[in-house]
Amino acid sequence: MMSELSVSHLLGIKDVTADDIQLIFKTADQFKEVINRPIKKVPSLRDITIANLFFENSTRTRLSFELAEKRLSADVVNFSASSSSVSKGETLIDTVNNILSMKVDMVVMRHPNPGAAQFLSKHIDAAIVNAGDGTHEHPTQALLDAYSIRERLGDVNGKKVVIVGDILHSRVALSNIFCLQKLGAEVMVCGPSTLLPKYIHTLGVKVETDLDKALAWCDVANMLRVQHERMDIKYFPSIREYTMQYGVNMERLKRLEKPITIMHPGPINRGVEITSEVADSEQALILQQVENGVAIRMAVLYLLANRGVRSSEEQSS
Amino acid sequence: MITKNLIGPKEIDVILNRLACQLVENHSDFENTVLISLQPRGLPLLSRLSDILKSQYGISDIPTGRLDTTFYRDDFRRRDSPLKANQTRIDFLIEGKRVVFVDDVLFTGRSIRAALDAVLSFGRPSEIELLVLVDRRFSRELPIQPDYVGRQVDSIASERVLVEWDDTDEMNRVSIVQSRNDE
Repeated sequence: MMSELSVSHLLGIKDVTADDIQLIFKTADQFKEVINRPIKKVPSLRDITIANLFFENSTRTRLSFELAEKRLSADVVNFSASSSSVSKGETLIDTVNNILSMKVDMVVMRHPNPGAAQFLSKHIDAAIVNAGDGTHEHPTQALLDAYSIRERLGDVNGKKVVIVGDILHSRVALSNIFCLQKLGAEVMVCGPSTLLPKYIHTLGVKVETDLDKALAWCDVANMLRVQHERMDIKYFPSIREYTMQYGVNMERLKRLEKPITIMHPGPINRGVEITSEVADSEQALILQQVENGVAIRMAVLYLLANRGVRSSEEQSS
Repeated sequence: MITKNLIGPKEIDVILNRLACQLVENHSDFENTVLISLQPRGLPLLSRLSDILKSQYGISDIPTGRLDTTFYRDDFRRRDSPLKANQTRIDFLIEGKRVVFVDDVLFTGRSIRAALDAVLSFGRPSEIELLVLVDRRFSRELPIQPDYVGRQVDSIASERVLVEWDDTDEMNRVSIVQSRNDE
């Protein structure tokens, strides 16, 4: 078992190995124990400063990263595009270089453009964690989803997972596909054909447009949010019609032969892709996903810092 | 790589019995005492001590835990090789308890410093003591001394003191290994 990540940035799940993912999970197990202690804080990253750069809105991911950083005792600076010089026309690299000249060791970034994190990693000298880049990847979400599956079902290997909804605009879907496949799960995508990318089958996933067939096949259904804000044209006739065809409700679940696990990356549109009854049921993993998110992000930050620049006066003990 | 045996299985047996005896002397019925092994190498020592306390003195229900200090170490990012975390398992509150740390080798004292830091996350103990099988004296970097010592050993920094446990206890040994610092 290795003890170091093979990458020095977490830009996407595509770049990491199955061993990396297992190492992150094993480390997250320890952090999960830490965040359930009376005192939920460890001093590991006390000499590290982390900048959270959010060029796009986020509640859960940002809070989760910030909590993870604080529980590792890192110093944190926050930045959101809406209240900054970005609205005055500053370029991404200038904004980031300005922040880095204030001596920041790691950058957690969310950006509306795919590849923004990759671009940054080539130009600046800090460890980058991609917290979502446009419709490209959202690696920590995929890690916490797979970690939650591992926790509920024992292992990810050999499980059947269907990702339902807006695959076209979803960075969660892409990262999840890479992550689950690396861990040996079978992946299916399901949604209206307008929201399925044309070449999605080249990733080795099954494609299905009938939700009931997909649910009957799977062990886990990951329901994606309908991202109204990314839809520039009409992809389906109405929300009501979407719900009728692709919304999960109790009747659908009761018709299945075996109980399946329901996941959702949040924020939930209650009554659209998932009914309240399902979201609040025992089968749903939604709140466990949020709890695991903190442990996973602690593990990622810890392991990346562990790889980072070591001080010149090397010590051993 | 040169290996020199320091302590053999019979001597280890004698030492373990003496350490258990000393613990009983100071903690009599262990009413308010908890034993905590430091990960990863304190566990086999603690389980043997618990066995002796049970079989020789009839003391069987001492709360025991294991503490991993990885996240509290002061050499994070300063080592050649990355640190790797182990499991922490402490299922009781430490508030007001008498804690005994159990570890195999005491060297620079930095692990113990980290353990002192880590254990405070579980409450404020009334007292903390340290039990080690091997004390590499004269190599301390911090003002930390053990309360119970199996054997004091003189060694230099480039040597490694290795404690090996055998399932049947017939091959237990402590040896000193001279090599490049490859750990």
